[in-house]
Amino acid sequence: MIGDALLSRLVRILVHPATVLAGLALTIALGQILGQSFWVTLATRAAILALAALSLGFVLGQGGLVGFGHAAPFGLGAYAVLIAGELGVREILVLLPAAFAAAALFAAATGALALRTRGVYFIMITLAFAQMAYFVFAGVSALGGDDGMSIAGKATFLGAKFLRWDVNTAWLALGLLTATFLFLSRVQHARFGRVLAAARDAEERVAALGWSVYRVRLVAWILAAGLAGLAGALMAEQTGFVSPALMNWHRSGELIVMVVLGGARKLSGAIVGAVVVVLVEEFLGGVTEYWKLGLGVLILAVVLTRAVDLSALLRRTAR
Amino acid sequence: MSFTLLAVQILNGLQLGVVLFLVAAGLTLVFGVMDFVNLAHGVQYMLGAYLTAIAVSKTGSFALGLVGGLAGSLALGFAFELVLFRHLVRRDHLEQVLATFAVILIVTDLARMIFGPAPIAFPLPAMLSGSIALMPGLAYPVWRLVIIAAGLATAFLLWFLITRTRTGMLLRAGSTHPDMVSALGVDIDRVFLFVFAFGAMLAGFAGAMAGPILSVEPSMGDNVLILAFVVIVIGGIGAVRGALVASLIVGLVDTLGRAFSTDLLRLVLDRSSAAQAGPAIASMAIYLVMAAVLIVRPTGLFSGERVTARSK
Repeated sequence: MIGDALLSRLVRILVHPATVLAGLALTIALGQILGQSFWVTLATRAAILALAALSLGFVLGQGGLVGFGHAAPFGLGAYAVLIAGELGVREILVLLPAAFAAAALFAAATGALALRTRGVYFIMITLAFAQMAYFVFAGVSALGGDDGMSIAGKATFLGAKFLRWDVNTAWLALGLLTATFLFLSRVQHARFGRVLAAARDAEERVAALGWSVYRVRLVAWILAAGLAGLAGALMAEQTGFVSPALMNWHRSGELIVMVVLGGARKLSGAIVGAVVVVLVEEFLGGVTEYWKLGLGVLILAVVLTRAVDLSALLRRTAR
Repeated sequence: MSFTLLAVQILNGLQLGVVLFLVAAGLTLVFGVMDFVNLAHGVQYMLGAYLTAIAVSKTGSFALGLVGGLAGSLALGFAFELVLFRHLVRRDHLEQVLATFAVILIVTDLARMIFGPAPIAFPLPAMLSGSIALMPGLAYPVWRLVIIAAGLATAFLLWFLITRTRTGMLLRAGSTHPDMVSALGVDIDRVFLFVFAFGAMLAGFAGAMAGPILSVEPSMGDNVLILAFVVIVIGGIGAVRGALVASLIVGLVDTLGRAFSTDLLRLVLDRSSAAQAGPAIASMAIYLVMAAVLIVRPTGLFSGERVTARSK
């Protein structure tokens, strides 16, 4: 038997963001040394989805905005890479800002409308607008329509063919994830982040203090979408292929699952949740083609036991 | 663009509209009465189509199969509510979204496991499978006319139920003042149970109606669910009348947009860019309508029917 105190300390260390980020780094490094390219691919995928989940976790956890359309900015970032490639732009220092801008623009337009509403409306509207993006790209046959198409080629860094090696894409993804985490942690404790979190808990009071809650939320919403766009751009670079499936609404749901599994109140929860979901999908996907069933059962278990998040569920089941 | 083509597309739009209405009506009642986000409503539509298709092929009679499918959908609605959803009604929206999303993942995979991933056949009886000539040069499938008629009849039935019966009165009262209704001695949980199961049956009915013209496959509920969301946002949460008007708007705009956007664009663009942009713009049309409604009335066209918004 393990003592409760020891157990909860162990869980706390396991789900600490530094542990998870170091684990990803170790996986990439070991994968490279031992020649296990699959480890590198898996760690890259985890880091990319963690970046997307982290951006959603910021608005969902700190802002209290349950956006069910985060797959759209993610996919738009990927399409920005595809379109730029078709126009002959392959420089990563141009591609990433372009992906950020594309996703942020979409979020500015749709968020300005969606943020006028609350609760159930907000959930449905964000989902509907994300689906609009999905169908628009599925309808553009010049970009491959439903099937999608390959990007023009791997990106360059200051002209050097840096991202031709998967391991460099992996380090780029992990680096961006770490930087984004540090940046959002800083924002969280800055005045802007505090106003955002305060508006989540007591909107009227924040408004009474003279803040425009709408404007603060819109800025957070746009920022989160832009960061998700970066994740999408990395996904396009990693897989070399972009299709509307990136924007499938199931992905929006999965991103919410990642955020909540890891614990929505803490910024780092999204990273932990994303890594866990990617591992669970990978493991179940290797066992059975019905892996979504397993994921569904896991989500139900977390929600119904009111364990709040995965670390609480771990602590409860271990007891 | 001939008149016949326009007439056919308007009928197609109406037909899509009433199917959406059947799905959205149940969904909006569940939203309105229980303040419950049910993403799994599309799953009930899918299950309704499967149950009816199987019941029809097992019994060999279309009428019996339809009754069986409806009874099955109703029973599943009761089962879902009793086993799972009643525990979620008083949770916050995020938990409801997660749990019902999990239900989609689970049930869709179970359906794939049991019925297989390929679409199954849903044959119509000979009497309903032909076309009739509505006017010279305009033949239209009988089954689609049946769908339109059935949808409008259901709309009338719902209107009668909600405005003219005691159950409807409880339902209206329960959606605005649940605490007061329960203080008056009404078991509000029981009202929720019946509303939920009835909504599931309506969704199942929609699936049974749409089954013969679409393909019956495990993920068929996904698109309908999101279109139903658009309908509810336009019509206003909890407003069945709003759901009817908004469904017809969405059905017509979507169908006519897809049919004519390329032709209309050709007036201002050259042929190939019109063929490129047409489908993309057509698929945006209903969302643009939704955006326009949101700008004018953020709570939907008929939201006035709900007196107060309940807070959790």
